[in-house]
Amino acid sequence: MTEKKEVLKTTDVTHTYNAGDYDVVVVGAGHAGSEAALAAARMGQKTLLLTISLEMVAFMPCNPSVGGPAKGTVVREIDALGGEMGKNIDKTYIQMRLLNTGKGPAVQALRAQADKHAYHQEMKNTIEKEDNLTLRQAIVDNLVVNDNRVEGVITNTGAIYHAKTVVLATGTSARGQIYIGELRYSSGPNNSLPSIKLSENLEKNGFNLERFKTGTPPRVNGNTIDHSGIEEQPGDEKPHHFSFMTPYSDYLPVSEQISCWLTYTNPTTHQIIRDNLDRSPLFNGVIDGIGPRYCPSIEDKVVRFADKDRHQVFLEPEGRGNDEWYVDGMSNSMPEELQQEMLHSIKGLENAKMMRPGYAIEYDIIPPQQMKPSMESKVIENLFTAGQTNGTSGYEEAAGQGLMAGINAARKVQGKDPIILKRSDAYIGVLIDDLVTKGTNEPYRLLTSRAEYRLLLRNDNADMRLTPIGHEIGLISDERYEAFLAKKKAVEDEINRLETIRIKPNDQINEFVQSHGDKPLKDGIIAAQFLRRPYVDYAKLLEYIPATDEPLDPRVVEQITIYIKYAGYIKKEEEKVNRMKKMESKKIPEKIDYDAIDGIATEGKEKLKQIQPTTIAQASRISGVNPSDIAILSVYIQQGKIAKTE
Amino acid sequence: MPLMTTDYDTIAAISTAPGVGGISIVRISGSDAMKIAKKIYRGKDLDKVATDTINYGHIVDPANDDSRVDEVMVSVMRAPKTYTKEDIIEINCHGGIQVTNKVLQLVLRNGARMAEPGEFTKRAFLNGRIDLSQSEAVMDLIDAKTDEARKAALNQLDGNLSAAIRKMRQKIVDVLANVEVNIDYPEYDGAEVVTSKLMLDKAQEIKAEIEKLLATAQQGKVLRDGLNTAIVGRPNVGKSSLLNRLLHEEKAIVTDVPGTTRDVLDEYVNVAGVPLHLIDTAGIRETEDKVEKIGVDRSRAAIKKADLVLLVLNSSEPLTDEDRQLLDLTRDSKRVILLNKTDLPMKLDIEKIKAEYGNSDMIKTSAMAENGTKTLEDTISQMFFTKGIASTQNSVMVTNARHISLLQQALDSVQTVIDGIGAGLPVDIVQIDLQSAWDDLGAITGDSYDDELMDQLFDQFCIGK
Repeated sequence: MTEKKEVLKTTDVTHTYNAGDYDVVVVGAGHAGSEAALAAARMGQKTLLLTISLEMVAFMPCNPSVGGPAKGTVVREIDALGGEMGKNIDKTYIQMRLLNTGKGPAVQALRAQADKHAYHQEMKNTIEKEDNLTLRQAIVDNLVVNDNRVEGVITNTGAIYHAKTVVLATGTSARGQIYIGELRYSSGPNNSLPSIKLSENLEKNGFNLERFKTGTPPRVNGNTIDHSGIEEQPGDEKPHHFSFMTPYSDYLPVSEQISCWLTYTNPTTHQIIRDNLDRSPLFNGVIDGIGPRYCPSIEDKVVRFADKDRHQVFLEPEGRGNDEWYVDGMSNSMPEELQQEMLHSIKGLENAKMMRPGYAIEYDIIPPQQMKPSMESKVIENLFTAGQTNGTSGYEEAAGQGLMAGINAARKVQGKDPIILKRSDAYIGVLIDDLVTKGTNEPYRLLTSRAEYRLLLRNDNADMRLTPIGHEIGLISDERYEAFLAKKKAVEDEINRLETIRIKPNDQINEFVQSHGDKPLKDGIIAAQFLRRPYVDYAKLLEYIPATDEPLDPRVVEQITIYIKYAGYIKKEEEKVNRMKKMESKKIPEKIDYDAIDGIATEGKEKLKQIQPTTIAQASRISGVNPSDIAILSVYIQQGKIAKTE
Repeated sequence: MPLMTTDYDTIAAISTAPGVGGISIVRISGSDAMKIAKKIYRGKDLDKVATDTINYGHIVDPANDDSRVDEVMVSVMRAPKTYTKEDIIEINCHGGIQVTNKVLQLVLRNGARMAEPGEFTKRAFLNGRIDLSQSEAVMDLIDAKTDEARKAALNQLDGNLSAAIRKMRQKIVDVLANVEVNIDYPEYDGAEVVTSKLMLDKAQEIKAEIEKLLATAQQGKVLRDGLNTAIVGRPNVGKSSLLNRLLHEEKAIVTDVPGTTRDVLDEYVNVAGVPLHLIDTAGIRETEDKVEKIGVDRSRAAIKKADLVLLVLNSSEPLTDEDRQLLDLTRDSKRVILLNKTDLPMKLDIEKIKAEYGNSDMIKTSAMAENGTKTLEDTISQMFFTKGIASTQNSVMVTNARHISLLQQALDSVQTVIDGIGAGLPVDIVQIDLQSAWDDLGAITGDSYDDELMDQLFDQFCIGK
């Protein structure tokens, strides 16, 4: 017996060897790590990307889709900054839909169903082809830390990689633990190897870690789904892509896209769950990690919303030439046989063959208040953290962070100031500011309501907002930048033209406005003003004014229309941003001693010491810090300035 | 998002002490000061008058056909040679507190934000007007006042008002959460789709409710400001001299204002920034003068009405039955015990009084010692600002101008929602203004917190896949 135990034990590193020097080492090649490594390499840094399994590069262990409200905008932001996610999904989607088309422009959102294996392979291949970038399979056990500064990593095979900066993006691998009913085992996502020793090493180096949980639903064989009587959800006819660089001509006709299907749970399903809650580790007290409210398990839904007799279940394809289907809405941790039973109670799945059970997974996170807005750790210098490691959830949230961590890890090597996106610049800015300022007590997901300037942070204008930054940091080519400037000019020129053209009233136009219940025009009307009427769109406007020399790109038309129709609201938000800008520019010195400031309330002091905000604006967003604390803080900082000049 | 104040808004406040008659000044500071003044001032063109001049004219309500609100003098002080180094406008109002409040509301409605206590001075410092040696004082000022004033404003919030506001906020957040769910989970079928019609109905409901509240706030209750304060004690203990000292030293009796129904037996006084409404001062004089046996009944009535009781004892004589009765009657009141005539030998057992009649602030005073009055003022101020004794009246006093202005802002936002729907804008656009209204109302009750909306969303809807 003892011999067997010896065999099962993981050995410690006893022999090490020097495996090379890098500028940036990225640990973990999920959606955060892939973006981080590509960005650093493309910015000219010698970069190493380490992953526990090469089969898991940019893998989607959960929902096979990219985008949606807020998240889709993040993908476009990543694209505008020179990241990869948008291009990668445009190459590998199997269905594309624009959501919220009936609503205002601020909340329209693109979502794709991904071919998850193609997505992984495409990203892996992009990484393989990248100059300056080395991809290698390895488990990192230890950080090399000297004087609170990271200098490299050590793998379980004893390889020491020296690094100027390190990005940690270890996802749910960190001491991951999977639960299926009574079964419980140590594992990373999708049965990959977990990372155990790195967590211990981080704790030794002074990090506080917390446990979060998430989960995934079962998968079924698509050939065993009965589609009669369940609702088909096809993709869009009208072409849309995530990347601003993907041409319309690349769009897949709907006939080549794969539909999703909608079905529902029912009282029988709910009864199975209620009768067996004692076997659900989420409910019998076995799992104590904190799960996300916005992505509840089916057990959660049945218990918390007991009066609902059905919940939606979306059947989503996982790829082409792949009959595995994702049963969206059925995330759970019930024992395998009950999962099968639950599935069979659902219309369309009566005879479905389950291929893998769903599971709950618990993992370590590094509470993100330990991170600066640059994503560098406050605990250890030159160490950056990104993705689920920081307590977020979602591929897009991970990728956005990974990109920023990669950019700033590279800039740190280059001796440049970090790039910090403001809340008014991007959803990515909202995400990172929320993390570092407020932390999170559940896996953090972006929602449009988290953004106070969501009319500015639109899906359609991500390129306008961020391409200049992407170009400045060297991730956007000159050629693409020129194309961007041309688009920008086309938008501005046409807006100017519409502000000056006057439409003269005639029978045709008056018949049109009267058909919409408006009074006939007596005098002329400025074209832009006419476009502001709810029933007028750009195509209609062109019936009454001369067209441009060249027909405008639909994306240009979109920008113009939004800018003119919602000008009043956009201006109002811009004014708010301008006022905050001055507060954003008031920097708090890094060496400030909050204990020395009389008059700040104790709670405020504690919070300020913990978060260490970098600007007065950030300080004002910390809960528990009062306006009077902020007033005193700004006077205190001003004292220092006056003292210096005197 | 909760309301955010910045150092760059244009701010305004009544800069003369509250409760004081005669001229009151509404001060506006910031880059929009001139613009705001021009909207509500009719007289010379303020853009053309020289800096540091004072100009005759009228304040009007532009939303109400320019109807005249007050005859005023307006001082124009242009940056940078002003107290805050920003443009400053000071409106000298003549029509009493009620009118001054109305002028302030107009200023706030037309683009200014209510100043935090000490904020003018804070700006003076931040803009380099005050030097380093004074900065400690600035911080103390902010420290001492801001939180207390906020607390005071919250404490003074009438129970009915806050209940009404909470109800409105709940109504709004139901709609907001619903809109958010429609946006973030467009395929979720468990939530009603918020249509323009539904949004319009809700907005109109809320508008009517805010208007109702504003109407009650403006029904001339301003004059009945302040804490109801009863001075009690048996004859000849020195109530009258205490009263006179409070009145004369402050020189701040609010004279009767025509058209109000003020009780002529009452007087108003401003003690260290706290407006006191002294109950039955006539009764005090009367009984002291006549040296007749007064009814404890009269005191009992006063104590019942009082938010604060000043109980005077003669420390040079042992307790009488009447003293005991008064001590007993005021046991549960917010009370300050004044030990008068301490220049004479002490005959009272203070510890025993405390043990038998409950603990209270005790202040030693005598006709000769000035410091007793100062201590009393400090004690009252502390009880008011720090310990938060509240007026039982539906008071709309200076700190509560904040409430009115927030209600007004909320009303304006709701109106914008209604207009936006009329102009055919989508629900998720107009809800920006509905959310501002919700934030403004939350600032009144102090209820808003980060992620409040998010919590509502997840409590109410079973969302997520």
